Amino acid sequence: MPSAALTGLAVLVRRIGGGTLAAITTVGFATRFFLAVARHSPAAVRRLQLTLREIYFAGVLSLIIILVSGIFVGMVLALQGYEVLNRYGADESLGILVALSLVRELGPVVAGLLFASRAGSAVTAEIGLMKATEQLSAMEMMAVDPMARVVAPRFWGGMIAMPLLAGLFSMLGIFGAYLVGVKLIGIDAGAFWGNMRAAVDFRYDVLNGIIKSVVFGFAVSMIAVFEGYTSQPTAEGVSSATTRTVVASSLTILALDFVLTVFMFRGLGV
Amino acid sequence: MNRSTIDLWVGIFVTIGIGAIIFLALKVGNLTSVSTSPGYHLEANFDNIGGLKLRAPVKAAGVTVGRVEAIRLDPKTYQAHVTMRVDNGYQFTSDTIASILTSGLLGEVYVGLDAGGDTRMLADGGRITKTQSAVVLEKLIGQFLFSKAAETPK
Amino acid sequence: MPDASSTAAPAAHDRPDVAVELENVTFSYDVRKILSGISMTIPKGKVVAIMGLSGSGKTTILRLIGGQIKPRSGRVIVGGQSVPDLDREALFALRRQIGMLFQFGALFTDMTVFENIAFAMREHTDLPEELVRDLVLMKLHAVGLRGAAYLRPSELSGGMARRVALARAIALDPMLVMYDEPFAGLDPISLGIIGQLIRRLNDALGITSVVVTHDVYESLKIVDYIYFVSDGRIVAQGTAQEIRASREAYVRQFVDGEADGPVPFQYPARSYRQELFADA
Repeated sequence: MPSAALTGLAVLVRRIGGGTLAAITTVGFATRFFLAVARHSPAAVRRLQLTLREIYFAGVLSLIIILVSGIFVGMVLALQGYEVLNRYGADESLGILVALSLVRELGPVVAGLLFASRAGSAVTAEIGLMKATEQLSAMEMMAVDPMARVVAPRFWGGMIAMPLLAGLFSMLGIFGAYLVGVKLIGIDAGAFWGNMRAAVDFRYDVLNGIIKSVVFGFAVSMIAVFEGYTSQPTAEGVSSATTRTVVASSLTILALDFVLTVFMFRGLGV
Repeated sequence: MNRSTIDLWVGIFVTIGIGAIIFLALKVGNLTSVSTSPGYHLEANFDNIGGLKLRAPVKAAGVTVGRVEAIRLDPKTYQAHVTMRVDNGYQFTSDTIASILTSGLLGEVYVGLDAGGDTRMLADGGRITKTQSAVVLEKLIGQFLFSKAAETPK
Repeated sequence: MPDASSTAAPAAHDRPDVAVELENVTFSYDVRKILSGISMTIPKGKVVAIMGLSGSGKTTILRLIGGQIKPRSGRVIVGGQSVPDLDREALFALRRQIGMLFQFGALFTDMTVFENIAFAMREHTDLPEELVRDLVLMKLHAVGLRGAAYLRPSELSGGMARRVALARAIALDPMLVMYDEPFAGLDPISLGIIGQLIRRLNDALGITSVVVTHDVYESLKIVDYIYFVSDGRIVAQGTAQEIRASREAYVRQFVDGEADGPVPFQYPARSYRQELFADA
């Protein structure tokens, strides 16, 4: 019956329209939120102790997972890389393969993903729980802006920790590859390091990798504090906010990685 | 967790983090190498550049002295027009030969410069007239098969 | 226990002896009407209770007083200033004179009890640490928890956490203290303690107290005046004596804890017969 179909269509259109409007509103709110965090950042610098504490929670407590993952990724890279390179007699390029893979891609991306799931979710849960137990409200009523005291330090803690963790990941990956390639398989150490040094350019590879990790750190930290701050003040609300942080951060990292890689490594015939 | 412990750990963390980045820059990359010093430009035309890409090294006697900055097709001569940046510390004669070479079997393609005996030096924007194109594998195979075919009736 | 003195609540306009005044305040959350035309006066130095069922808008009133939300219409006047019209700085300045005890305490879980109470002092004053320490210990002593100063909130019982939150609320000697369900979920001893503390601190410090609660028994012991809120309106008001003697159906149901009355027992549904014999 046409009238029933029309009603169904009307409902659908209203849903899509409402959903789009809601999405746009969220984007607007997120932008204002970001500006508020930026505005309160000088306060985070003044309360240095708070920010240091957040660097501790975001960075130092992520060290174990980053270091262990870094070594293992490096070792696996070396094993797999050697297997392929050996067929073409190019096993002395193993150092180049491992270094470029790590510095350009795996370091920032994998460290970013691990950071999002460990530190990002922790920050979201923490802020969400503070909201659910009315601690943020209490702070507001005591005339202390929770943005300055709770949100901004956590954001900067994440932003500062992330590039450092990515660098550590890459360094340990290369070390792991060295262990497997040179010590285990028997590639010449000189060739390993020498070829690597010749092929890896600071400006092009290392610096781009650092820029990537800074961008990822920004994205993950912003998502984490945003989700925590806007979570529903219930147990389910906090738990779904935490999940959203991990999922959104991971997707954002991978998407941004693509965009950045296209722009940064354009000259290589992409 | 009291303040001084946190400060200590954060200090350690930041130090090793920055240390890792410095390690990557110096030991893994080539921060101290020539790629950051200023230079001048040279041009050259090739019939075939093979696998030469942007940012490929420019070497003389195996030492990297510059980078390839631009590659175009010259619309009039249908040759590849390559622009190179060479570091300021190196001068090349006007009869220098520029060749497209490959380092090793799977190695990267680079531009090799062989200086000649002329007394005049190339200036910024100067053109290298003597060039040698890349060795294209298909042509080599074609040549080989052709010469083999010429031998066969036995 | 001092006698709850009998005071009528006259309509006042910016009078110096009035701490808080709400005039015809309405508030809605999206399309849901929470408050429709609330008017109340809270005189200085008195303990006033706001009672009603859960979801009747009691906590919303506290939020309006504290400036966390703005009314759709009507005036909210605290200490002579119209709260919704204040800019950020003025609002924060006003909040430094208001203390709030949140439901279940809302203590900062990443700090010790001491640091919780010192929080406001450290943020808003330049007092030297020795002075802060003395003040914190004095506040803790007033609520009887000086010995618990260095425990963490997770190590406190419910009653103790509530008392620490009270000490935190009066940390800067505010002129107005608001209590959101201070009696919720406490054992009988803690109930008595909290009630006594609210009354004693109010009189000793010369502050004004607003208590949102549905604990009739404890409140009637300590308050001077009561407002009953139902469905976003004030349905009854009076002193503790007047309320105890009231013949109003709603008040009687509330105070006596009757299952059925103006607030019906059965949630609105179809006729019972219809539901059971639907197929017949």
